[in-house]
Amino acid sequence: MWRFIGSRLLQAVPVILAVITATFFLVRMAPGGPFDSEKAVIPEVRAALEAQYRLDQPLASQYFAYLGDLASGDFGPSFKYPGRSVNELIAAGLPVTAELGFYALLIATLIGGLAGVLASLKPNTAQDYVPMALAMLGICMPTFLLGPLLVLLFGIRLEWLPVSGWGDLPGDKILPSLTLGAALAAYIARLSRAGMLEVLSQDYIRTARAKGLPEWQVVTRHALRGGLLPVVTFLGPAFAGLLAGSFVVESIFQIPGLGRFYVQAAFNRDYTMILGTTVFLSTLIVLFNLMSDVLAAWLNPRLRAQYGSSA
Amino acid sequence: MTAFRQLITAVTVSGLLACSAGENNVERGNREGILYFGNGTEPQTIDPHVLTGSPEGNLASALFEPLIARNPYTLEIEPGVAERWEFNADRSVITFYLNPEARWSNGDPVTAQDFVWSWQRALNPKIGNQVADVVFYHIRNAEAYHLGRIDDPDAIGVQALDAHTLRVALEYSNPFALLKFTYVYLAPVHRATIEAHGAPTDRFSPWTRPVNFVGNGPFTLDEWKMQRFVKVKRNPYYWDRDNVALNGIVFRPIESSTTEEKMFRSGQLHTALNPPNSKIPDYRAQSETPLVEGPFMGIYYYMMNMEHPPLDNGRVRRAMALSIDRETLARSVLQDTVTAWSSYVPFGMPDYEHTHILDFDPEAARRLLAEAGYPGGAGFPALTLKYNTAENHRSVAIAVQQMWKQHLNIDVQIANEEWRVYLDSLDQHNYDIARMGWVADIYPGSFLDTMISTGGTNRTGFANAEYDRIILEDLRATPDKDAQMQLYQRAERIFLEETPLIPIYAYKTKRLVQPSLQGMPANAGDMLNYKYVVLDADAPAWKWQTPADNRQAAN
Repeated sequence: MWRFIGSRLLQAVPVILAVITATFFLVRMAPGGPFDSEKAVIPEVRAALEAQYRLDQPLASQYFAYLGDLASGDFGPSFKYPGRSVNELIAAGLPVTAELGFYALLIATLIGGLAGVLASLKPNTAQDYVPMALAMLGICMPTFLLGPLLVLLFGIRLEWLPVSGWGDLPGDKILPSLTLGAALAAYIARLSRAGMLEVLSQDYIRTARAKGLPEWQVVTRHALRGGLLPVVTFLGPAFAGLLAGSFVVESIFQIPGLGRFYVQAAFNRDYTMILGTTVFLSTLIVLFNLMSDVLAAWLNPRLRAQYGSSA
Repeated sequence: MTAFRQLITAVTVSGLLACSAGENNVERGNREGILYFGNGTEPQTIDPHVLTGSPEGNLASALFEPLIARNPYTLEIEPGVAERWEFNADRSVITFYLNPEARWSNGDPVTAQDFVWSWQRALNPKIGNQVADVVFYHIRNAEAYHLGRIDDPDAIGVQALDAHTLRVALEYSNPFALLKFTYVYLAPVHRATIEAHGAPTDRFSPWTRPVNFVGNGPFTLDEWKMQRFVKVKRNPYYWDRDNVALNGIVFRPIESSTTEEKMFRSGQLHTALNPPNSKIPDYRAQSETPLVEGPFMGIYYYMMNMEHPPLDNGRVRRAMALSIDRETLARSVLQDTVTAWSSYVPFGMPDYEHTHILDFDPEAARRLLAEAGYPGGAGFPALTLKYNTAENHRSVAIAVQQMWKQHLNIDVQIANEEWRVYLDSLDQHNYDIARMGWVADIYPGSFLDTMISTGGTNRTGFANAEYDRIILEDLRATPDKDAQMQLYQRAERIFLEETPLIPIYAYKTKRLVQPSLQGMPANAGDMLNYKYVVLDADAPAWKWQTPADNRQAAN
């Protein structure tokens, strides 16, 4: 197992290096620069600004200088926010995005898992059709539609919850977590239903039923562990996806997370910030993928045996 | 199971109700004297010599005070750090007498030497000040030093005669010269603080952090949580602290105007500066509307690339300008949130007589197009109208496209580009027709000066020797305000006759303001002066009225 983890970590290095290189050159190839504005910048001023950010050097030396900084953990200064480093911006945004992602994942797992399991117990009945139809609706409805709808209902019409913010007013974390979690809950419902249906048709379930166990024990003790396996493997990348993809929800609800910084950095051609967040998030995605593989192996004896034999 | 379900419902509902209990920001702010201010995007910086945007300006205006200020109601100038000032005989030198009571937020006195050092810093080429050409170049040798043509900062026309007397020599006499000394870009910065945290021209210096910050404005930096809020509190050393009613301001960065409007409506903000156009008619229909509207010094226009045929022909450009029915556009496409306007200097410019030679006249437009060799639009080449991606720009472009088809029978394609890509296209002159806007100050020069052949906003290829001469020579030799206005009018007429751009509309200020908030009127310069802001402690937050409420109010 340790060798498996080690080799996966080693494989990650060229992946991340490729991400850095591609991003570095792509952002510089995009038309428009960080200092463009309605008013054309005086050439002398542009030269001074470029000198402050090393943009006056040849591209290759900028690239190697950036790699050097990165090796020491320095993502460089932000172009958009003079006086702030990219490390500082990521450190400010990450905890918020992670918290939002965690709540969304929690909501998604609870609602989605429950709906999927319930649906799988009585396939092709109302107990199956209703949650699955809702799940399909959840998958189809984009967050930029669901978010404002929830705000209109709970924020403006009923005045139960704040319309935006994060940690400013009591209850302001509910709507964004729900919005972000909804689509994921739908996926999880479908995954867990499929997983459970497969497991419930296995021989060992029939054996469990044959030895006279009550149905709820068959489900909780025997079926769940195998049936939710696809969900577990999905959770790692899903959480990384939530971190990288929460920018729509963050914008709707004015949440000071990493996603908002990321999108704004792209619009502003904040080269170092785009690079920093891309590298950081791709590293996270690689790590979460690895974690979910390890978790799946731990849950699934067949996979465990496979990794174990190579260890 | 039913009981369990009821329990869950009860817990959820009571939890939600508990969340909604208590006063909102506006009511708490009214009671505590804290203004909750919707401020667009996250401020990039508060360093007055680095900042460029308006959210940064709104924040910096609370933290720094320039030599003079403006009254937000009348836009008249009034004392800032300088308690009085005088011109010499030919109005080429201004002497400012600083208020001896003026203090930094750490208690140090604000001196004339602070201004000298600050302006030298602002103009140092290394700091990369992007607005220096607009706000500083009227000062003698400011341009030469900023562009690196001279190395000696002492050659800049600013001199401390003693601790409280500042002499400023101008490049040329200008009746509007004083206005520029009200800009926050010309505010002083605290030398010892900046030097304690890095080189004076270091853009990355942490001197602007709350723990390090020292400023001279009515407020000082209290707390800054990125993407969440910037809080400022009273500066206890501010010279005019007795006339500051607020105890603090919370600046909230909210990019989405839709979200900002919702926050305003739910009592989380005292003011929202940019309500979405689609909401304006609804707000107007409210019996006690919080919507404040007024003229604003900004113009929306379509630039024409004079290097691309057939736009190199003045008749074609003029024909296209004359065939736009701006009144219809403003009314039916933009819900009267703008003023239909056919000249470049915007509506509402004080003491200025506008030229309207480009008003809607389809007959004349068709005639000009025929004279240019395209009778009835025949043989007119395909042109593209570009705009940066935004719904509002798209609606205007579609309407104008239809008007050109209807009145001139010419086909113009429309195309959108992402903002930075778009700016790059404009810089490369890679466009036929492109939309742009310009927002400036309440004197005509802030618009017309930028359109000289070498001007920073002139990307059309417009170059007219007489126009350049009026702006660069005649106006500088004319200290009299009325005579200057006439020269500006002449320059604008030349400009509009050549039609390098098509003015479409003048902007309007439109902001939402809670009834408890006084001292933030709509004014043409969109000027804020927080000293005038007062909150009514007992006023409730404004409530959206349904049609039934409105009927009741009417009865």
